[in-house]
Amino acid sequence: MSLGKEMGTQAGEKGGRMLSLSVDGKSVQVREGAFVLEAARAAGVEIPTLCHHPALEPYGGCRLCLVDVTRPEWGGWCKLVIACQFPAEEGLLVHTATERVVETRRVVLDLLLARCPETPLVQELARRHGIEQTSYVANPEPTDCILCALCTRVCDHLGISAIATVNRGIGREVAPPWGEAPPDCIGCLACAEICPTSCIPYETSEGSRTIWGKTFEMLRCTRCGRAHVTVAEADFFAGRGGVPRSYFELCDACKRKEMAATFVKLSRGAAGFSVGA
Amino acid sequence: MRIESEQAFQRFVAQARKRSSARSREVLVCCGTGCLANGSAKVAEALAAELAKRGSDVPVATFTKRTGCHGFCERGPLVVLQPQGVLYTRVKPRDAAEIVEKSVIGGEVISRLVYKDPASGQRIPGYAEVPFYQRQTRVAMRNIGRIDPADIEDAVAHGAYAGLAKALFTMTPEQVIEEIEVAGLRGRGGAGFPTARKWRSCRAATGDRKFVVCNGDEGDPGAFKDRSIMEGDPHSVIEGMVIGAYAVGAHEGFIYVRDEYPLAVVHLTLALEQARARGLLGANILGTGFDFDIRISRGGGAFVCGESSALMRSLEGKVGEPRAKYVHATERGLFDLPTVLNNVETWADVGAILARGGAWFASMGTAKSKGTKAFSLVGKVKNTGLIELPMGTTLREIIYGIGGGVLGDRPFKAVQTGGPSGGCVPESLLDLPVDYEKLTEAGSMMGSGGMIVMDDRTCMVEVARYFLQFLTEESCGKCIPCREGLHQMLAIFEDLVAGRGKSGDIEKIERLARGMQLGSLCELGKSAPNPVLSTLRYFRSEYEAHIERRACPAGICRELTAYEIVETACNGCHACFKVCPVGAITGKIKELHVIHHDTCISCGACFDVCPTQAIRTFPKKELAERGVA
Repeated sequence: MSLGKEMGTQAGEKGGRMLSLSVDGKSVQVREGAFVLEAARAAGVEIPTLCHHPALEPYGGCRLCLVDVTRPEWGGWCKLVIACQFPAEEGLLVHTATERVVETRRVVLDLLLARCPETPLVQELARRHGIEQTSYVANPEPTDCILCALCTRVCDHLGISAIATVNRGIGREVAPPWGEAPPDCIGCLACAEICPTSCIPYETSEGSRTIWGKTFEMLRCTRCGRAHVTVAEADFFAGRGGVPRSYFELCDACKRKEMAATFVKLSRGAAGFSVGA
Repeated sequence: MRIESEQAFQRFVAQARKRSSARSREVLVCCGTGCLANGSAKVAEALAAELAKRGSDVPVATFTKRTGCHGFCERGPLVVLQPQGVLYTRVKPRDAAEIVEKSVIGGEVISRLVYKDPASGQRIPGYAEVPFYQRQTRVAMRNIGRIDPADIEDAVAHGAYAGLAKALFTMTPEQVIEEIEVAGLRGRGGAGFPTARKWRSCRAATGDRKFVVCNGDEGDPGAFKDRSIMEGDPHSVIEGMVIGAYAVGAHEGFIYVRDEYPLAVVHLTLALEQARARGLLGANILGTGFDFDIRISRGGGAFVCGESSALMRSLEGKVGEPRAKYVHATERGLFDLPTVLNNVETWADVGAILARGGAWFASMGTAKSKGTKAFSLVGKVKNTGLIELPMGTTLREIIYGIGGGVLGDRPFKAVQTGGPSGGCVPESLLDLPVDYEKLTEAGSMMGSGGMIVMDDRTCMVEVARYFLQFLTEESCGKCIPCREGLHQMLAIFEDLVAGRGKSGDIEKIERLARGMQLGSLCELGKSAPNPVLSTLRYFRSEYEAHIERRACPAGICRELTAYEIVETACNGCHACFKVCPVGAITGKIKELHVIHHDTCISCGACFDVCPTQAIRTFPKKELAERGVA
């Protein structure tokens, strides 16, 4: 699983042939290999998603991006598909708000609201689809986790796979192996940052960070002294090659300052340039 | 000895047949899982020991053979004597001496071991004359029960690998696909996708590395046809896969077997080794230069891994979860490479089609569903077991002709087909010819070929709840409609059977069912509402009774049902008293018995044992009217 291959199929960079299709009557062009969701967004048509992220392989878990697709030669027959995973085709007609699309999306949101009755993101999305209260049995133990698996997928994508979805059906949850401090976790916070409901708790305090029950030693910026990255993360990325260990000596803020200083120095040296004048 | 030419193969067949015909007298002992559970291994041992003991008394060339499942599991352990074709049922190890003495040596038929037809009351000694077998046509199961699955020579003597030899020596891959197309073979896993179209699409896919996969992850409650095929004739599966691999240009194959089928794994492993040793598998198959090998992968017990995309994820070593199939597996399947995945039964059909011709196969069945189909016939039916019939056979013929009718001659209520994703077909549709289209039209499906017969003592709301519970436990939980939808649907049904149903529940069920059908990721979720919708379609009044009258018309749902003894019918036999688990029944022998409602838990055990049908059910809420707590 290489990054290049995924990005290629996702962003439609292979080949480079352009495809014309129509989304809710608006014609739009996308590169071959793109998905219907990208075509819809390019056409300015909004389709709700919860488990989609442009940097990750499509997942198909939330089912909110359901659309009807058809072709003139299909004689009126429509196929219900999810936009994030259905490849764009030349001449495809996409309908994002047919009766069954809207209704199915509503059922899905109604169910999700029952699972996460107190989660603002879910409440807001449900409200926009006309659901104030779930018509099902609300979860007696409300959770903010919508099981979009963005956290586990970004962790996989980085090549770490410290956490995963475990158990089946309604018992499904995101967890480290055996529910214990995950041995492979590097404390990079990618999971917590990507979480759309910010429901992965972590704590960064003076010199240490704790996430998934594992505490990490922090690396301090050699200039400002701020604890900016875990030692494990620096070791992991430096160890994979491509990134020199020295990359982690400065924190992002100090790196920016240093870069700015470099630009200033360069511009002063070059005739005809002035910075901040 | 590896076979490396057509002549060598023919010599091998001739030699196998010669050995087979030299064994002119055979004592076949069914060692399928059902009969093994009934002690058939001990029967086989006892028969072999007895034959050895009697030594020279026994006619020369008598052999005992352990075969796969004969299908008539209800009557196991089964023993068949050849060449007489006598079938003995429910044989015990202690019968061995008598069988050897009277039947093998004396040539007599032992009447008490012979099958007694429940319809006519007659004893039928001939295997072929027993209605259960007489009405069947076996293709996928052609050799099961006839061969020793652990002996490739025996399989070859009965025609195994003849289709493969024909394909490899006389046909191009395109011709093989054409033959499958002429046969009209469709996927036996349940969806019924045309096999030839799948193969052609994989053959056309670009890439040198392709895969052929056999789906042996049969997980439906009550289904066991694939298990019996893998256990009883593993060579039919291997032969089909090699032919399929040749047709699509694949060199690697996998058989995905659920781990709960240990005997299937043992027999498949042995068959693969034997096929490899003979040059029927591996490099340079039959000297034709075609390479193909098969590995076995054991599933970890997830129902969803029977879904093809989840199965392939599992084969890759990842978590077995489905993914979207907008790009077909024939283009991007296992490891993102072109893959043909077929069910065990489909693969087992292939060799026979090649050997006997597509036209022969297509001569059986209906307009769109050709050939024969295997079914696991279970539930409240007299002859439970494994059967294979031409497509288009009516449900009535299956249940009454072969199945011998409903257990205890109770009224038939419905038959559940296609596993948890299938539906319940009512009595009014008993004359429905069984094929892919007709079952789908009736709101059910072919699915795994499971058929569960239900009598009048079946509550259809409870049946739907049962399947929902199964699916709730088996949903992988990846997508919202299946995970959350099943959870909520089950909650509604738990209320219904407990008498907590509310008006509007039926509409709520229907709306949720539609949302799950349209919104779910894979077929498990999409078809999960089928048991609900089919029972609603044919038994809506039962739902209404549960909601509006707080009554279970079938008298099954415990919270809604009370039991009492009809004074005029009770003969005081005391059977109910003995069976009651909570001591809620009092009464002396030969006197009227009474059920005490304060302790009765409505389990229905008394109802089932009462010989005079003196026990009757009534809605529990009437107890309050009678002033009983």
